[in-house]
Amino acid sequence: MAQALFYLFALLMVAGAVGVIVNRNAVNGAMCFLLSLVGVAGLFVQLDAYLLAFVLLLVYAGAVVALFLFIIMLLNTQGPQRPAFGKVSVFAGCIALGLVLAGLMSYASRGRLDAPDPNASEAVGAALKPYAYQLFTTYLLPVQVMGFMLLIAMLGVIVLSRKPGSGEGAP
Amino acid sequence: MTAHVLQILMFEFWSNLHPIAQSLVKGLAVIMVIFPLAGACSLAERKVSAWMQGRPGPNRAIVPWIAWIPFLGTFLQRLGVFHLVADGAKFLFKEEPVPGHVNKLYFILAPAIAMMPALTTVTVVPFGAYFDAAGGIVPLVLANVDIGLLAVFAVSSLGVYSLILAGWASNSKYPFLGGVRASAQLISYELSMTLSVVPVFLWVNAPGSAGTMSLTRVVEFQSLAGFWGGAWFVFLMPLSAFIFLVSLFAETNRQPFDMPESEADLVGGFHTEYGAFKWSLFFVAEYSHMLVGSGVFTLLFLGGWNPLPWVPLADLVGWLHRVTHAAWTVQPLFVGLLSIGVFLGKVVVLIFVFMWVRWTVPRFRYDQVMKLGWQKLLPLAIANLIFYTLVIAWIQPKL
Repeated sequence: MAQALFYLFALLMVAGAVGVIVNRNAVNGAMCFLLSLVGVAGLFVQLDAYLLAFVLLLVYAGAVVALFLFIIMLLNTQGPQRPAFGKVSVFAGCIALGLVLAGLMSYASRGRLDAPDPNASEAVGAALKPYAYQLFTTYLLPVQVMGFMLLIAMLGVIVLSRKPGSGEGAP
Repeated sequence: MTAHVLQILMFEFWSNLHPIAQSLVKGLAVIMVIFPLAGACSLAERKVSAWMQGRPGPNRAIVPWIAWIPFLGTFLQRLGVFHLVADGAKFLFKEEPVPGHVNKLYFILAPAIAMMPALTTVTVVPFGAYFDAAGGIVPLVLANVDIGLLAVFAVSSLGVYSLILAGWASNSKYPFLGGVRASAQLISYELSMTLSVVPVFLWVNAPGSAGTMSLTRVVEFQSLAGFWGGAWFVFLMPLSAFIFLVSLFAETNRQPFDMPESEADLVGGFHTEYGAFKWSLFFVAEYSHMLVGSGVFTLLFLGGWNPLPWVPLADLVGWLHRVTHAAWTVQPLFVGLLSIGVFLGKVVVLIFVFMWVRWTVPRFRYDQVMKLGWQKLLPLAIANLIFYTLVIAWIQPKL
């Protein structure tokens, strides 16, 4: 049962991810992204990381992809057909493929994945309390830095979206 | 005695079922409860609006052989219950037009996507409770997960895709505008909604206890003894309750927030191109969202299955037992049914409030909706959170 579910979610995730890249229609791409996220959430649930799974659904599936769709609909990007493979994308694709191959090679030659120890302590993401505790102690600095970066990004968007001279959004 | 044996036999039968069969039965139960309830809500909506506007409302349809029953027949006709059946039959047998200019896949997918989150969220909402031998509360819920409320928020936030996809796939102007409005509105109000319930969980998760987001735990907290224990959260945190309720109206697309369909300026909004049963699926999904939302509000702020503030369910059952001296008053079956009755009663009152507001308050303009969400409700929710963080930190250690 668990194995079948794992393959189902993994397939959903990979197929969704491939769909995002392959689809020309932006809305189809966003929906594939959504499917992929649902697959990831399912895998998280199987790893007993319920909190992570539902936060992923809430933030990414519930808000971020919806915003993607909002932007796609607002801009209505049907645009002119671009060539499928430009020089830059071929170059970047080659590098990415090389990295994936290198990773697979290193895994095949000397890597090993241990089966998780059933006696090991509970996953950090399983219960709320240890998760929150780690967030406010061990990982306090990274969380703050991330928050600060998001703030910078937000301020940047506000500054960029201000039409010069219109006075709109001026303090 | 036979009842006891029957109980054991039923329990045996249930626990011997295959897990998949168990899940199927639970899923079917959800559909069979929510669909008729949502249908009843649509009838109630018509009756309530009629009552508020001083007209009789739907009161004609009747099945001939029921009309022969002397008083009951006329009563049911006046009540309009057969309009519900007539509506359902009409939606089922109507021709289902699929306009030629739509994106067929998403056009057909959208109503189904509307139903999925609406029905899934029901599974994590506890709707009643009974007491085990030790007096502990055993919630009646299909999936008692530790992160209850987060699961409700996460899954119900997926409901926005049905509106967006319906608007986009219809490939015409009015539905498109409805879809764009839906995506912006639902995301905006999700923020204030999530922030407004944080004080409740700050209060419930007292220092030293195992952290939880479970809705059952919130109700347990509201059934404790003493002044602070028995008080419903609507009295302790009225502002939180208010923000949550307003956001709930916006999230369920109810007037005055029904921007996505807004028939005055968008014809029918996102479902302009829909007809027959596909349209009614959107309708049922909206009412299911209302039912689940009202249920969550009841659990969080109105004490769940506790009959009155400062009167927990256990007290009521104990009082009944003292008065009647009957053994069945402490049977789990009776207690469970009683708690479901209390819970459903509160939900029905909240549904009535939804309708009351709908037929009283005029619809907002779209810019007003956005202003209210981002400039009024969100700062208010943040201020509320900071205020309660300070108050709880100050007051809770003294209790």
